[in-house]
Amino acid sequence: MEHTHAEHQSGGSTKEIWKVTIILTVLTIIELVLGFLMIGIPLEKVGLRLLIKGVIVILMIAKAFYIVAYFMHLKHEIRNLIMTIVVPLALFIWFIIAFLYDGNSFKNLRNTYDPHYKEQSTIKVEKKEHKPEAGKH
Amino acid sequence: MSTTTVPTTKLWSGGKSPFNVEYGKLMMWYFLMSDAFTFGAFLISYGTIRFSSNGWPDPNEVFKSFPFAPEGVHAPLVFVSIMTFILIISSVTMVLAVHAGHNMDKKGVIKYMVMTIIGGAMFLGCQAWEWNHLYHEGAWWGSNPFPNHDGTASSTNFTNYFFTITGFHGFHVFSGVIINIIMLIMAMNNSFEKRGHYLMIEKAGLYWHFVDLVWVFVFTCFYLI
Repeated sequence: MEHTHAEHQSGGSTKEIWKVTIILTVLTIIELVLGFLMIGIPLEKVGLRLLIKGVIVILMIAKAFYIVAYFMHLKHEIRNLIMTIVVPLALFIWFIIAFLYDGNSFKNLRNTYDPHYKEQSTIKVEKKEHKPEAGKH
Repeated sequence: MSTTTVPTTKLWSGGKSPFNVEYGKLMMWYFLMSDAFTFGAFLISYGTIRFSSNGWPDPNEVFKSFPFAPEGVHAPLVFVSIMTFILIISSVTMVLAVHAGHNMDKKGVIKYMVMTIIGGAMFLGCQAWEWNHLYHEGAWWGSNPFPNHDGTASSTNFTNYFFTITGFHGFHVFSGVIINIIMLIMAMNNSFEKRGHYLMIEKAGLYWHFVDLVWVFVFTCFYLI
């Protein structure tokens, strides 16, 4: 037991921990800046909003990589262990594409063949006053 | 870095773990993988429903309040960024606890475990405040007071998914804090000193980092996008 323990120590030094901490903090701050930026962009600019959302998703995946690789130490494990964890997770690629595509397709079909549904979803509503004490103005 | 490059043939020839880790750690990895699929299924279901809807509430309108702030304050993303940083920092102190464990530094382990537990408790407190606030605004399972971003009527899908997924994540944080408290007590009782290693801290650490990892996805999917 002591033997394998000593072998594992080769990875993660304190220096590396701080480096990854700074990377994670910077990535989170960029995400938040993009989030704030998106508040000012009107809904009509679909392309620009999608672009920012795409960048946020890429940053999210980068953060996930740094947490798994360095904090969870997976990068310093041997190849066998990395593969047994990462390969099954590759299913998510199919998972995400298939399900999101399906959801989008369902929306388009319903909007095409159910005019009542489409009409209903264009009617604007008054913003509900949900707080009893907020009704004084 | 890769001083552990043992020839593959030797690893698979029996007599030792081909993954070069002890049993408990390998099983923790497999458990976390299964948990990743559970959370993944939740989030993909959320994404599918969101893609199939004509409108969706604007997170900046829903999550705009802050504790002790005056009524009607508009501070989108501020509170949740604090929650995110609390979790990241508690993850860092967990790595430092694992690192101290490698060096058989009992004091260091105890110090960093205490910090990690405080971080986890702070996160749970923030989440409790947010849930309570949203509940008093009329949001709960089956009730959604927030209209869609474009001003049209919304369904209850948004709140159902929000409370289910953040609730499931919060429950993971809660169990993580309990596990960390047990690890802290064991470290204080010299259990790990007697064993000669702090591998249990590493296993608890893996779980705790996973909780942080899931929050990265939940935070992005619900609050940012």
